[in-house]
Amino acid sequence: MNEHRHNPVAGEYRHRVPTAVKAISALAMVVILVTCTPSLRLYAGAAFALVVCALLSRLPIIPILKRLLLVEPFVLCVAVLSLLQPNGLHIFGLLVARTTLCVFTLVLLSSAASPAELIDLLRRLRVPSLMVTTLALMHRYLYVLQEESRRMRFARQSRTFTPGRRRIWRNLATVVAQLFIRAQSRSERIYAAMCARGWQ
Amino acid sequence: MHIPDGILNGRTCATAGVLSAAALGWAVRQTRRELPPRKIPLMGLASAFVFAAMMLNFPVAGGTSGHMVGGVLCSVLLGPSAAVLVITTVLIVQCLLFADGGLLALGANIFNMAVVCSVGGYYIYRLVYRFLPNPRGRLAAVAFAGWASTVVAAIVCAGELAFSGTIAWPVAFSAMASVHMLIGIGEAVITTLVILAVSQTRPDLLDYTAAVSIDAKPKLDFLIFGLLISLGLALFVSPFACPWPDGLDRTAEVLGFGASAHRVMAAPIPDYLFPGIKSATIATSAAGLVGTLIAFALAVVLSRILLPTHSKTASAAPGEAQGE
Repeated sequence: MNEHRHNPVAGEYRHRVPTAVKAISALAMVVILVTCTPSLRLYAGAAFALVVCALLSRLPIIPILKRLLLVEPFVLCVAVLSLLQPNGLHIFGLLVARTTLCVFTLVLLSSAASPAELIDLLRRLRVPSLMVTTLALMHRYLYVLQEESRRMRFARQSRTFTPGRRRIWRNLATVVAQLFIRAQSRSERIYAAMCARGWQ
Repeated sequence: MHIPDGILNGRTCATAGVLSAAALGWAVRQTRRELPPRKIPLMGLASAFVFAAMMLNFPVAGGTSGHMVGGVLCSVLLGPSAAVLVITTVLIVQCLLFADGGLLALGANIFNMAVVCSVGGYYIYRLVYRFLPNPRGRLAAVAFAGWASTVVAAIVCAGELAFSGTIAWPVAFSAMASVHMLIGIGEAVITTLVILAVSQTRPDLLDYTAAVSIDAKPKLDFLIFGLLISLGLALFVSPFACPWPDGLDRTAEVLGFGASAHRVMAAPIPDYLFPGIKSATIATSAAGLVGTLIAFALAVVLSRILLPTHSKTASAAPGEAQGE
């Protein structure tokens, strides 16, 4: 495992490891887990390395566990399907162990690396600039649009009665349509702002 | 349907990765050539929109709730190439920032949701719209495409699971297809309602050639995306759907993976634990065929309910009559 081998130093250690190192070691971990012949020793080693990384990074434990649990239902759904075939229990165990380790790796990566750094890494990896611009803009306006949809919901709730089941669908569709229309006109304003600041 | 890492094997991830890289490369090329600079921010905003729309839950029977995927919605509003770019961006952000969907499985996820679901759904929509060229036909086409694309994407996902040797095809196919035939109804209804609402407020946005201004070479688009989707279906689905007893062995043999294929997951799958499963595949296929017909009929009925007859005068300019 070429997980972070730097000396643990007190303080915000996770910020000093370059994002490229974090991303590449996470990728290496996932590749090893997916391609190597499954064995108890491999999974134990991987789990140990991940726990060490989690402790070294000094990230809060509870949010990481919560995010791990969020992904787990899908894993269990697929794993339960594997019980329906011969030797099912064996495959079930392997599947749950391997997938949980992979998800743990990704949760660590996404908690330890900042989104802006990850997007910058993609830019340096020669991902087409249209993709990178789209990613950067999406990340910038992700929370803006979520907030906007929340505001629209509150506005509706404060003006109308609690809707019945049929109205909920209709209302939701209106919210989504409005969200798209607003996103579209916002994109035009953003373009004007980008030009005003000397873009391209 | 975000597949995490560890469920698909390396071979499946690589195959799906190559397919979706080709589709993405083509989509970026087309978008870059055809997209006017003032629409570049729209790509980012549309990605954020799809993400925000996924966060909105609607109630389903029995206290559970679902959310929309928005593949068909996106491709109807923006066109196929831009939709591939937008959905891929959403998947990358979900993977890297929220650990939803795997890093190695990203190729498979992009193939299922950006290529099969949204582009495949778009061509289903165009096909139905061509035969019913009026506002109602558009709604029926959207509803049917929303349902069919969800089911087809689920079947491809089941094919990938079986191709990896993780889950036997009959189990994966019956479970994924039957569940998504139900989920698809929700996706179809919500997509149709959104398209109707957009057409009532901003009918100009529905004409994606005006919104994104991609007018050149739609036939070439169809050719490339159609080729990639059929390649994916041929690789992941057809080996299992054919009458040979074990499709996996045969593909492995043909592709030369025979020696290494079964080492990782030692499951040659001789027979199934439950005797009903083998017949369940046939039952699911039959239900799928009947379901497709019913879904199409329902889509037409839905469009009739949503656009009553008295608005027929608006057939030239969809939504003008209800635009008040």
